[in-house]
Amino acid sequence: MSASTLRIALVGNPNCGKTALFNQLTGGRQKVANYAGVTVERKEGRFTAPSGRVLQILDLPGTYSLDANSPDEQITRDVCAGNYPGEMVPDLIVCVADATNLRLHLRFVLEVKRLGRPVVLALNMMDTARQRGIVIDVPELQRRLGLPVVETIAVKRGGARALIERVDGEVPTAAPAQADDAASRADLHAQVRELLAATVTMPRATAEIDDALDRWTLHPVFGLAILAVVMFLVFQAVYSIGKPMTDAIAEVFDWLGGHAATLMPAGPLQSLVTDGLFGGLGTVLGFLPEILVLFLFIIVLEESGYLPRAAFLLDRLMLSVGLTGRSFIPLLSSFACAIPGIMGTRSITDPRDRITTILIAPLMTCSARLPVYALLIGAFIPIRYVFGVFNLQGVVLFALYLAGILGAMLVGWVMKHIRRDKSEHALLMELPSYRMPKLRDVGIGLYERGMIFLKRLTGVILGLTVLMWFLSTFPGAPEGATLPAIDYSFAGYIGRGLQYIFAPIGFNWQISLALIPAFAARETAVAALATVYLVGGEAAGGLGHALAGQISLASALSLLVWFAYAPQCMSTLAIIKRETDSWRNVAISFGYMFVMAYTASFIVYQVARMLA
Amino acid sequence: MRLSDLPKGAPAVVDRVHDAHAVDPIAQRLRDLGFVDGEPVRVVAIGPMGGDPVLIQIGFTRFALRRAEAARVGVRTELAA
Repeated sequence: MSASTLRIALVGNPNCGKTALFNQLTGGRQKVANYAGVTVERKEGRFTAPSGRVLQILDLPGTYSLDANSPDEQITRDVCAGNYPGEMVPDLIVCVADATNLRLHLRFVLEVKRLGRPVVLALNMMDTARQRGIVIDVPELQRRLGLPVVETIAVKRGGARALIERVDGEVPTAAPAQADDAASRADLHAQVRELLAATVTMPRATAEIDDALDRWTLHPVFGLAILAVVMFLVFQAVYSIGKPMTDAIAEVFDWLGGHAATLMPAGPLQSLVTDGLFGGLGTVLGFLPEILVLFLFIIVLEESGYLPRAAFLLDRLMLSVGLTGRSFIPLLSSFACAIPGIMGTRSITDPRDRITTILIAPLMTCSARLPVYALLIGAFIPIRYVFGVFNLQGVVLFALYLAGILGAMLVGWVMKHIRRDKSEHALLMELPSYRMPKLRDVGIGLYERGMIFLKRLTGVILGLTVLMWFLSTFPGAPEGATLPAIDYSFAGYIGRGLQYIFAPIGFNWQISLALIPAFAARETAVAALATVYLVGGEAAGGLGHALAGQISLASALSLLVWFAYAPQCMSTLAIIKRETDSWRNVAISFGYMFVMAYTASFIVYQVARMLA
Repeated sequence: MRLSDLPKGAPAVVDRVHDAHAVDPIAQRLRDLGFVDGEPVRVVAIGPMGGDPVLIQIGFTRFALRRAEAARVGVRTELAA
């Protein structure tokens, strides 16, 4: 039966090193997708065993119990039980347990065994267990459990050899299935105690190094200081490594576009290639360096075990606005860009907390808002000192950041109160041992995130970019036109139409028009304003001057507030669709941000006009 | 005594987990995680804001529990036991 395929399901508690083992077994040959209809990631990989048999491995979401509390745990339960629609019944379940944490993990092993399917137990992290002086009588454990037990070291080359040999051999016979009820569940703990007493010698309950590190990282003062330093370094890296690469990519695509333009005759086709295609690709790829740098840090923080510590420190703060400690890092990432922030919400276990975090992430002031803020603040806010020390321009910028955060808190609070499901959100978060992140696992994680962004988004964003180009190019300006070409285009008509909607918040038709390309990428609003105000290629100072003469201070303030809250950047909306697999959430995001931006801008405009 | 009232560092043993309401998945999950009769527990750290959450050592594992979660766990201190 060498040519047949063996389907293996990989299960285990969170933090058992299951994904590292999966990476070890399958290398880069992984397929990452979502389970149909839910936002749970489905990872499958395959490899050919020495016998020539193909082993197809499904990496199921980690869970503490088959008594599922969340969608990902339900998937693990149903696939293991063989009744998940559209998923094949696994021929073999490989249950992974952390050898240094058997008190917790063996209970799950016993629970899986009761399903009555063939099970192999992989005792992972055996190297760490030996270092800590933990002695496990494997033959005795195997005898008592009644299922094959192999030792693995997921983070070491060749560390899965024993497991490969075992699964490549004969499929073990299954233990008889057992009913699952409260009494038998309670009994599992007694069985674990017996097993541990008979087979495991543990010199101390925790690793000394963990205790020592936690004394500092969880300290009420030093812990928060360490967290602040870590976050500061992450942001420094995003701006000093990611930002120059983003700018370089934009320049390369400008150059490519310009080069392509010289090769073809002037006209709509040339404009499509240079502005639509190269411009759009440049915008999409320009996000990539910042996303990768942010994810590098998020993955390293997660793999090292620090992320749950940060969540521990901040849980109370985040809970007060209806979130969880785990929301903090994704929201902080959103200050660079909401896209990695939203992708980073996968570490949030409660689906309700995750949705709330996704919905408010775009309110964090991302780096793409800065050019717009810089232009408007520079043009309208005088350099004046408040209380002798604070530059008024800086105060306004700070106020805009604060407006985003306060708005997010408000939305989180409102969501908490309008949600129908008012049941308690659990924290119940394990703080795993500290681990040195492994290059391969970080690399594979980064590659996956990068590919998700490129594959899922490039099509959508490129399509919309071309649509934007089409709207602002056609129909072309008539002969002898005196105004810029964009005035005669569909975008021009739309802008003129939109001004009736936006007049109450002080936007004239030129600003309304600039909002259309801003939907592709916020920073393009500056270029669009430059085009309509006939400033052309002049520097932003020139544009600022032109703006100051054309629109009132009230309108400018209103526009600033609009940019703080508006549903902008279709890339963000596209990633919300991808991460929540729901157009409803996209509609909710767009809708609430539009209402919020409109209301806030309306108040600011009307008040500013009254005061003026 | 409740686990949420246990002072930091004091050794205790789990008595039982109480359901906060009729169907309480959080209580069930606590039991699954090992909060069962006779299991030694200890508060190893408390959160910087209002002492919430608390970090509990149970078995070989550390769990962060919010106070409302820790309040479900009845414990007895070594001396009383």
